[in-house]
Amino acid sequence: MSSSIRDSTGATTTQRTMDSDARTIQRTLARSGASWVPLVLASVMLALIPPYALGPFYLNLLGKFLTYAIVALGLDLIWGYTGMLSLGQGLFFGLGGYAMAMYLKLEACGKRLPDFMEWSGRTTLPAFWIPFHSPVFAIAAALIVPSVVAGVVGYLIFRSRVQGVYFAIITQALTLIANILFIGQQPVTGGTNGITDLSTIFGRPLEAHGTQVALYEVTAISMALVYVLCRAITNSRFGRLLVAMRDDEARIRFLGYNPVTFKVAVFVLSAAIAGLAGALFVPQVGIISPDMMDVVFSVEIVIWVAVGGRNTLVGAILGAILVNAGKSAFSDSFPDIWQYFLGGLFIASVLLFPNGLVGSYRTLLQRFQSWRRRGESPVV
Amino acid sequence: MVGSMTDKANILEVQQTTVSFDGFKALDDLSFSMRRGELRFLIGPNGAGKTTLLDTITGKTRPRSGRVLFDGGVDVVRWSEHRRVRHGIARKFQTPTIFPSLTVYENLEAAIGMKESVPTLFRPLPKNRRDRIQETLALINLTSLVGARAGTLAHGQKQWLEIGMLVIQDPQLLLLDEPVAGMTRRDRDRTGDLVQQISKEHSVLVVEHDMEFVRRYASTVTVLHLGKLLCEGPVQTVQDDPRVIEVYLGRKHSDAAS
Repeated sequence: MSSSIRDSTGATTTQRTMDSDARTIQRTLARSGASWVPLVLASVMLALIPPYALGPFYLNLLGKFLTYAIVALGLDLIWGYTGMLSLGQGLFFGLGGYAMAMYLKLEACGKRLPDFMEWSGRTTLPAFWIPFHSPVFAIAAALIVPSVVAGVVGYLIFRSRVQGVYFAIITQALTLIANILFIGQQPVTGGTNGITDLSTIFGRPLEAHGTQVALYEVTAISMALVYVLCRAITNSRFGRLLVAMRDDEARIRFLGYNPVTFKVAVFVLSAAIAGLAGALFVPQVGIISPDMMDVVFSVEIVIWVAVGGRNTLVGAILGAILVNAGKSAFSDSFPDIWQYFLGGLFIASVLLFPNGLVGSYRTLLQRFQSWRRRGESPVV
Repeated sequence: MVGSMTDKANILEVQQTTVSFDGFKALDDLSFSMRRGELRFLIGPNGAGKTTLLDTITGKTRPRSGRVLFDGGVDVVRWSEHRRVRHGIARKFQTPTIFPSLTVYENLEAAIGMKESVPTLFRPLPKNRRDRIQETLALINLTSLVGARAGTLAHGQKQWLEIGMLVIQDPQLLLLDEPVAGMTRRDRDRTGDLVQQISKEHSVLVVEHDMEFVRRYASTVTVLHLGKLLCEGPVQTVQDDPRVIEVYLGRKHSDAAS
């Protein structure tokens, strides 16, 4: 059967050409992201090997890095793919962390009032602390509170069509405000010290190796799930619309889409992911304080994603792990120089390799492959 | 054109609309209408208000006064831009506005998803829609470039891609702002054929400066000048109208004569 279509010049396209075009389309749509096999292998290795290969200190460190990788994935969605620089991911991370910390603190204190409340002269638990006796509520709050903040703030900002750098400034201001608020409200938040002296989670001691291994596994699995979710989004038509919106928001609007819906959705998701990361962070590190929820931390997250590769998902994970591993390794030996090195790394990544490590690697690979293929006949 | 009644046969009626920017009247109590299925050309010297009129119809600019009635009487003047698009008003911009990071196919795929709800955007396109993309590719003659990144296309090809993105949404009214600007002679002919083909099933309003293109493809022409409607009618009548000659074509004639 040969059905044909006449185009504007009168030429016809036969069914055979349409089939080969369909194959080209398959190939172009399939080009997104790292291939699954090495990823699955890496995830399995990441989940199974470290608990046995690493001592408790390094296992704990890696677990912490994986929570950083999770928050980096969220930023990658909003910044790398949608093109909006959020300097508020630290805030959402912190909100998730505090939610979890409040539950753990109440568990540690038993019937007594948390220490910082006693020192501040309080005799009763603040009303908003009471629901945090429930772990389910705490985990839900870790996801929902950042989402609501992102939803409200995002809606107001995007509706007013605030663009580019102003969004970054506003999210940064928001982080700063929250930071000051938490520091100032010592009686209910623990002030500058934050929430400390946590002891157990679900009845099991936090310090015990078994607990730490379990927390590590939960974190590794969560990271894998968040990656799969982000990948499903970026490989879908929705994800391509995000890229289109980053290219030309006016065109998207004049194609009949409401950009506000997309931006709010992605911002809320990135906040929920950051909240999850914070909630996983606290039991492994044993403390949350306002400086884990401040502007500097938010900027560090941006650096991880920039260095790793902001238009790739794997880059966010790699950047978070590598930069923090470097920080741990170097800041012990050269504590003064580390900050300068980090700043220099950021500048270098912006100027020299804007696609980050993974992005540059993929570009080089593509160039190498097309260089090799140049000898063969061109494929349409 | 007097009267607040609307004629149901009109796809578009702009009624006594004034748009002013800091005191400068880009549109001055302008009334303009188009019948369903019409192919209309809009010409006028620079600053006449042509792009402002398109902006007012699509919602990029809100008029100080007046109504914009679409498709038999709905006043869309308070509607947001994307709501008007969903209702059937499509706009092609002066410079080719496509998504350079996406491929030609993905550009059309982005356009065709307009009516879908957000959850369905996570599922692949059904076959009938994929076929429609193929049909549109053939219409705009970009089938062989289906996998190319749109940013790498030539200028004319980008213009066609943008037109394709609009046509694939099956709008009722297409507004084309200078579709042949910067095109070679051959590309202009192709675009003219394309516009004529599109106008068989859609109402089309073309803003153009290229008088040869207008003479060749237009039937009815509207002339704007200083935000007002100067003259309207068949190409020949407009060409011969002394007011038009004086204001617009006249300059070209005297330039050509000397």
